[in-house]
Amino acid sequence: MRKVITYILLILSALVLFFPILYALSASFMQPQEIYAGKFLPEDVSLDAYKTAFERIPLLHYLNVSFWMSFFVMIGQLIVCSLAAYAFVFIPFKGRNVIFFSFLATMLIPWEATIIPNYLTVLNLGWVDTYMGLTFPFFALPFGVFLLRQHFMTIPASIWESAQMDGCSRFRFYLQFALPLSKSSLSALAIYGFLTTWNKYLWPLLVTNDDTVRTVQIGLKMLIANESSSSWNLVMAAVITILIPTLLLLFVGMKYIKEGLTAGAVKG
Amino acid sequence: MATNANVKKGRKQRRNPNSAGRLFGTGMLYLLPSLVLLGVFLFYPMFRTLYFSFFDVTGGGVVQDFVGTEHYSSLFESSEFRKSLKSTFIFVLITVPTEIIIALFLAVLASEKLRGIGFFRMIFASTLGVSAAAGATIFLFIFHPSLGVLNNMLGFLGIDAIQWLTSSKWALVSVAMTTVWMHIGINFIILLGGIQNVDHELYESADIDGAGYFTKLFKITIPMISPVLFFVTIIAIIGSFQTFGQIDILTGGGPAGSTNIIVYSIFQEAFRFGNFGFASAQAIVLFLIILVVTTIQYIVGERKVHYQ
Repeated sequence: MRKVITYILLILSALVLFFPILYALSASFMQPQEIYAGKFLPEDVSLDAYKTAFERIPLLHYLNVSFWMSFFVMIGQLIVCSLAAYAFVFIPFKGRNVIFFSFLATMLIPWEATIIPNYLTVLNLGWVDTYMGLTFPFFALPFGVFLLRQHFMTIPASIWESAQMDGCSRFRFYLQFALPLSKSSLSALAIYGFLTTWNKYLWPLLVTNDDTVRTVQIGLKMLIANESSSSWNLVMAAVITILIPTLLLLFVGMKYIKEGLTAGAVKG
Repeated sequence: MATNANVKKGRKQRRNPNSAGRLFGTGMLYLLPSLVLLGVFLFYPMFRTLYFSFFDVTGGGVVQDFVGTEHYSSLFESSEFRKSLKSTFIFVLITVPTEIIIALFLAVLASEKLRGIGFFRMIFASTLGVSAAAGATIFLFIFHPSLGVLNNMLGFLGIDAIQWLTSSKWALVSVAMTTVWMHIGINFIILLGGIQNVDHELYESADIDGAGYFTKLFKITIPMISPVLFFVTIIAIIGSFQTFGQIDILTGGGPAGSTNIIVYSIFQEAFRFGNFGFASAQAIVLFLIILVVTTIQYIVGERKVHYQ
């Protein structure tokens, strides 16, 4: 009996929570007149809206830009954060607690409070409308450093000691032991970094003026400005197109994300 | 032999990779990329923002006159900014408890070991993959006065249509609804992870004592995940204070400034009106609010949270 109630609650919650996405999907298959009639489901599944959306704005180009931007940030974060985390765990240098504490303190700075000077920095470096401007400011992610530090700390000291006796240098230990032993946390960070970058809005809005490196999120805003009064099916087709990559990534990597975020929560 | 050993020793000391100086150098080398990046894109701009807030700064970043605390005093005299702060706090107060309660409910449901539970977990986590722009665009359609599903349903029930986004009574609530939906995914994932980490033996001994479902939920699960709930509350509050994308797409801060919450206000002041100095003062206020709120949370949280 309890099982039945749980299933009913699960199904109802899933329907309510997923309704906006299903509704968008349904609308993206409709004809404009079906939208005007206020229908829930299309008579025939039509892909016209997708075709038109890709013709109306350079959606493919925007997707491409978003992909590379997210990819560069992901790689940048993996390298920068793992190097820092490695220093905090495997290099017992003086002052590392102070530095680690200052990394912790950055959590208190809302990034939005720094956009004005950051915008000027990017402007002065001539990085407006470049991948550099889109990606560079996000390579150092304190949360990523904590996450990887947590994982590195679980690597037994004995491994490092015996590797050292065999003449293994610190950098080789980083490459051949620390990183391969932390695949799950690295995956969590990679997925998290890709997702959050793909979804960024305010920063790309500020540092892109033309289509060169315009991301899908900003492309979507432009599409709404031009089309929303008439073609909701087209707008919803663009929304679904933007959602598919992140939803797929989330579904594939859910296990890693959960473990990674929970590790952050337990340690605080 | 003896000289040979001495030479060896001397060389070893010079190249000893574990001397304090060498260790510091190596440590710094590994930390260099993060330190430089955080310095350039976080610490420097934070101080620069503080500096800007005492000056008149044009849209191009040209620092003009020193104005002292004038920006701050005019901020708090400005009825617009007071309204913006009020909207911000109301917004945070609506979204944070709502999204945490819903996410906790879903996490408790989805922690049951049932066939097909993985599917439900994915659905509940899905909004983590939804960007502010995409999520807000869907809700722009849902809230549409004549075509949107909400007003269609109200019409079906014989209730007058609501101007979800264009009446100052509803706009903030509508943006809050959108935000709650978008934040459920991340809160759900963290809470689910927390629940799954609770020691199973606790439930087994409770079963032996004959404890019911709700006793176990309120006496074991929720107290045991209190550190996780604490963490989720902090990120939810910070996340709500940082809301921008939904506002830009749904309302543009309107109507009559009713959804002009603080980050949007900073953005408008700086990048629409070109008052970098005045906008910087607002950014400092945002920084201070987050600082105070998280500090209070840590003080209260340290006392109340149960750590395993």
